[in-house]
Amino acid sequence: MASTVESPPTDSSPPPVPTEPNPPATLMSAANVLARCATGIEGLDNVLEGGIPRGNMVLVAGSVGTGKTTLCLEFLVHGAERGERSLFISVTESSSKLIQNLSTFEFFRRDLIEQGSLVFVDLPAIYDRLGLGREEMTSEEIDILIRTIRDMVKSLGVRRLVLDSLTSVCYRIRRDEQIRDFMLRLGQELNELGCTSLLVSEIGPNPARYSLHGVEEAIVDGVILLWNTRRMGDILRVVQIVKMRGTAHSRAQYVLELTPIGILMAPHLKGGREGGT
Amino acid sequence: MPLDIGERLRSLPSGSAVALKLDPREYADHYFAVLNATLRDVGSETNVHTIYVAVTNPAAFVWSLAQALDVPIDRISFVDAISHIMMNYANSLPNATYVDSPRALEEIMLRVEYLLRKFPHPRSIVVIDSVNSLAIHNPPELLSEFFHILLNNLKSRPVLTLVLETSEEEATGVEQMLNLVVDETIDVARAGR
Repeated sequence: MASTVESPPTDSSPPPVPTEPNPPATLMSAANVLARCATGIEGLDNVLEGGIPRGNMVLVAGSVGTGKTTLCLEFLVHGAERGERSLFISVTESSSKLIQNLSTFEFFRRDLIEQGSLVFVDLPAIYDRLGLGREEMTSEEIDILIRTIRDMVKSLGVRRLVLDSLTSVCYRIRRDEQIRDFMLRLGQELNELGCTSLLVSEIGPNPARYSLHGVEEAIVDGVILLWNTRRMGDILRVVQIVKMRGTAHSRAQYVLELTPIGILMAPHLKGGREGGT
Repeated sequence: MPLDIGERLRSLPSGSAVALKLDPREYADHYFAVLNATLRDVGSETNVHTIYVAVTNPAAFVWSLAQALDVPIDRISFVDAISHIMMNYANSLPNATYVDSPRALEEIMLRVEYLLRKFPHPRSIVVIDSVNSLAIHNPPELLSEFFHILLNNLKSRPVLTLVLETSEEEATGVEQMLNLVVDETIDVARAGR
């Protein structure tokens, strides 16, 4: 088992980042096409016109078993393969268990962890180290948390970040205005550092909103929604881009499959029925 | 003398989609002729990989026939969409991927896609056995959409797609639907063997 990082590493020499060409302009593109952070998931990049606009903070919202964590991990692995240091901040699940699950996928490369391109951090260990043990974080403690994440991203030269999950963090930030402030500041800090981030949001099977408080989706640049749908008793995983600033993305629904080589997507068949089957 | 099925399939350009029409009164003969032509004649050519979507019979059954035709295991993979609903778990094959039900049409598409990527070959054959079996489990509109998307996707690649179809006494719309999406229909009864 490869060693996992439980506290922020301090390597200050980020790997060089390859220059990505901007996606080609299309009839429906804005005049200035933003640089993209390709997820490496072909289907997703196709519907996003080449990837997530670089520096965007995106909510990956879905109920249990919809593939949120796998999507985020694949995003990071492909980033690390491209020479972009990638950071996974885990709140609920231990890094060692995540890596164990990840190793069942053929796209996973353990050497990316060993060479420091793919970094796992357990947030509870950071809470302990910073003395953030209280059930509800104060504004000062929220500020410490934001600065800690920013410093980690800056010192390591992180270009891709996943926080799994934002919901777990927000359980300790109770007031809407504090959540709004946390999201705004975190988004701004990461954007300034050129870091594209995915924040996992755990929601129920039939949610009226995409996050715990409903504040989060208004702040982020994008929302990728995943859910399970039933067709005559069978369950299909479905994904839809609800919002993505800076790109003329598809708004169609796609069925998602977690295969050993990674996530594959196909159009969600409707069979002439409104809203699908 | 009409061309035999294997010769006709070999003469088709890459990216073709073909319906193979079987007569239910001579089903066993026709089915074996089709397997012989696809798995042995065309499928045994160098660098051809066959992906067999099993909806009528479980993959284990088709594999036993393929073995009788000396088809090597590394030249054929199965997407089995029928074993699970038949509670037929005992004979899992190492070269098969199992879909929960023939109603999970998108999953069938994605497993085909997965196998095409997993086993990249200069030329692949995708056999869908059969449109009639899929029609038992799926409403016609959904099935039309499935074939339209899957076949158009495969036509843009070096894939020969074969859809098995059993001719029906009464029109159910399946034949007309298939005619809209395939390039050609081969009537197995009229083809030389």
